[in-house]
Amino acid sequence: MDIAKELLAGSRLALSRAITAVENEYDEAVDIMKKLYPHTGNAYVIGITGPPGAGKSTLTDKIVKEYRRLGKTVGVIAIDPTSPFSGGAILGDRIRMNELTLDEGVFIRSMGTRGSLGGLSHKTADAVKIMDAAGKDVIIVETVGVGQSEVDIVKAADTTLVVVVPGLGDDIQAIKAGILEIADIFTINKADRDGADKLNVELEMMLDLYQDKLEWRPPIKRTVAHRNEGIAELVQTLEEYYGYLKETDKLTERRTERVKAEVLAMLEENIGRYVTRTMQSDGEFEQMVQQIQKREADPYTLVADLLKRLLK
Amino acid sequence: MEKRIRVLVAKPGLDGHDRGAKVVARALRDAGFEVIYTGLRQTPEQIAEAALQEDVNVVAMSILSGAHPQLFPVVVNLIREKGMKDVLIIGGGVIPDGDIPALKEAGIAEVFTPGTPTGDIVKFINENV
Amino acid sequence: MSENIKAALEAYTSTVEKAIAKFPERPNLPEQRLYTPVDLGDQDYVSEIGFPGQYPFTRGVQPTMYRGRFWTMRMYAGFSTAEESNKRYRYLLANGGSGLSCAFDLPTQIGYDSDDAISAGEVGKVGVAIDSLADMEILFDQIDLSKVSTSMTINAPASVLLAMYIAVAEKQGVSADKLKGTIQNDILKEYAARGTYIFPPKPSMRLITNIFEYCSKNVPNWNTISISGYHIREAGSTASQEIAFTIADGIAYAEAAIKAGLDVDAFAGRLSFFWNAHNNVLEEVAKFRASRRVWAKVMKERFGAKNPKSWMLRVHTQTAGSMLTAQQPNNNIVRVALQTAAAVMGGTQSLHTNSRDEALALPTEESVMVALRTQQIVAYESGLADVIDPLAGSYYVEALTNKIEKEAWEYINKIDELGGAVEAIEKGYIQKEIQDSAYKWQMAVESGEKVIVGVNKFQVEEKPVEGLLKVDDSVGALQKKKLDALKERRDSAAVAAALANLEAGCKDESVNLMPLILEAVKTYATLGEICGVMRKVFGEYEAHVNL
Repeated sequence: MDIAKELLAGSRLALSRAITAVENEYDEAVDIMKKLYPHTGNAYVIGITGPPGAGKSTLTDKIVKEYRRLGKTVGVIAIDPTSPFSGGAILGDRIRMNELTLDEGVFIRSMGTRGSLGGLSHKTADAVKIMDAAGKDVIIVETVGVGQSEVDIVKAADTTLVVVVPGLGDDIQAIKAGILEIADIFTINKADRDGADKLNVELEMMLDLYQDKLEWRPPIKRTVAHRNEGIAELVQTLEEYYGYLKETDKLTERRTERVKAEVLAMLEENIGRYVTRTMQSDGEFEQMVQQIQKREADPYTLVADLLKRLLK
Repeated sequence: MEKRIRVLVAKPGLDGHDRGAKVVARALRDAGFEVIYTGLRQTPEQIAEAALQEDVNVVAMSILSGAHPQLFPVVVNLIREKGMKDVLIIGGGVIPDGDIPALKEAGIAEVFTPGTPTGDIVKFINENV
Repeated sequence: MSENIKAALEAYTSTVEKAIAKFPERPNLPEQRLYTPVDLGDQDYVSEIGFPGQYPFTRGVQPTMYRGRFWTMRMYAGFSTAEESNKRYRYLLANGGSGLSCAFDLPTQIGYDSDDAISAGEVGKVGVAIDSLADMEILFDQIDLSKVSTSMTINAPASVLLAMYIAVAEKQGVSADKLKGTIQNDILKEYAARGTYIFPPKPSMRLITNIFEYCSKNVPNWNTISISGYHIREAGSTASQEIAFTIADGIAYAEAAIKAGLDVDAFAGRLSFFWNAHNNVLEEVAKFRASRRVWAKVMKERFGAKNPKSWMLRVHTQTAGSMLTAQQPNNNIVRVALQTAAAVMGGTQSLHTNSRDEALALPTEESVMVALRTQQIVAYESGLADVIDPLAGSYYVEALTNKIEKEAWEYINKIDELGGAVEAIEKGYIQKEIQDSAYKWQMAVESGEKVIVGVNKFQVEEKPVEGLLKVDDSVGALQKKKLDALKERRDSAAVAAALANLEAGCKDESVNLMPLILEAVKTYATLGEICGVMRKVFGEYEAHVNL
């Protein structure tokens, strides 16, 4: 089956298989992506992140429904952590979106973080492109946590929505630890709980602190996702921000940055792979390692020599 | 390559007994599979469509209410109609031995009845995907 | 004296150490080899154990227990159509069963009519299909509702089925105040363990308190709820978790009713419980005893109930379905007999015994007979029912009772900290605890640490079991035909008016919905139509799954 061709013709199975090819690093993945690339760049990509228990999946479910009400088609990529012990994962976000399964304007795909995190952000970006090429108007990437890996993943997004909830303890600390730089919009979910006002004040104070550095001050919205409260307003804000990005040329700027980073990353990855493959095939690499270990050579000189040879 | 076996664990019908499905889901995770659990009260159409979107290798269904003769074959047909010819479809639950030949005839690769160790299910999947 | 015993125990222990070193013990045994008076410390008999029929009811809720009369032998039954189930009920009553227990099929339990697309394959499977009052009239045909007591395993739509029962009785000329029976009506354990929920917690709790209030005035002998640990245990919990989570649910119901303006003594006496009788006989006996003590304290100390009836944990019991094996099914007869012994020594008020073939299918008539006979043998032949609370005073059973009580309190306190049972369920806490226990059990069975005879030890090659009960697949079509005919002949204007009244009532939280549901039922509005109206106003529950 010509996956790219069938995907562009509207096959959902081809869309699904294309993501699998990327995720499993099948050889045909590169070919598929080459064919799809000209058809990308049209979707609005939204990253949703926040701590476990913040209700991200339920929120995503409601945001998708609101976009559907507005007549947009939506793709969702829901990422859950892989168990470091078994390599397996329970991908549990979909269960909150069961009602969307039979909506032909929606496509939901769950992904595990699997092995390398760098690899994941690359694969997520490709999965976004695949859904983009399949014609989805809006693509949501939902990921748990606030660590570096999640930051990398949401960098594939045009807009990042950070979900916080009252009563998770040191949430503000967690936010400070790095999420501020990626947040374009905050939402306080489960806002009917005690502590929502306090959290709101703390967030505002934190933003005040960084006021000078902020070109766009992230608005703080409130939602109660399981009761569908505040969702329409939140989506409106997401759209307003998209308008702002377009008007100010920030969208082009962001996407250019993204392409640059992507090309560099692909280059590094490919050069690295080429180098190791070439050297490991003739046993030269092992010899070098032995020499260095015995202090018969130093790694700096050898690497410089090698580079000269390989890249001539 | 970073391939993982992906399994959709589903409860078709209205039966709320999900102890087995949840235990199996965890055991499959611990065996290194990626498990998508869809929760209770899924229609055959929902299960087939979720299997497609998730591009799973295996669909594992559990029914304790006796609705398996009606529901299992419908799911098999819907999945095949979507062009997923190679998905392994297995079932479990309170299923009398007498019903098993008809289920296999309908395309259920294997039926696991009460008392089956989760290790047997893992082994079957590893050998047949 | 206790110092004396302690010293003697120490001396004894040191002398047997050598023997133990020579004959190592089996793995995975309860934590102590031997229980002595030392394990009971300074426990005060009168205040902490007490006498049967007196606070804290450790030894039973009645002063006479089975010396007066045996427990109610209540066999859970129902399948296929109302006609078929009616036959089975009359068979059970003719053979010495002393109460009815109705099993409904899943569409009925989840408020869908048999002709709903989502009901496909499920009609009449795990119980009887009831679509309207017309089915209920057939179900109780020739059964005198003033004489029999009826338990109905119905939860989310409990109000509708109770209304139908009241309406059938009325047609028989039996007034509501003469009716005896129980509805399960326990929605919290549906969220946590059993899965047949419909509405979100808030309107569900309203429906439940509406029933409490209505019955306290109109159906005074009806047990308005059977707060169920049975299904929590079936889902994999431990004994302590079973009673802890269930009593936490009971606390939530009591709080909701009090918040709705009811006096605790007006409804607490009609609360009943439902326990599982599992395999470990002595642990189960201790569980029953501990649960009565915990509930008595909750009612008296926490809620300030004055009427001793409010303090009593009255319990129906079912033997553990999840412990039945599909392998060598006749072994299940023995398991059920031991579970029966546990429930009886634990002091249950009524009992259902499972049949040997239920890990394979619904039971045949012959298997049900063996299960009923099991109860009768324990009652009449075993002597276990001749003395009240016969295991009291066993050092082990008393110590285990204390231990289970302690563990239960720890859970109840934890749930209080989380904001009560409703919150704990919405946060997924209770579900997660149950799942963890279930997984641990499964792994222990798979590693052989826990032996299940015929499953992971002493297996044999077996031939498929013949002669299982098969529910005819035509039930769905038959029910659909009945529904079509009903919709032809009923007064559709009256139906529409009753449903409109119900919808308006649902929107006004101050309205008790029971009278409106009763009116709708009498017009032959279907279960699906009535629940549909409530679905429209109340919405549906979204399950919390946290694997």
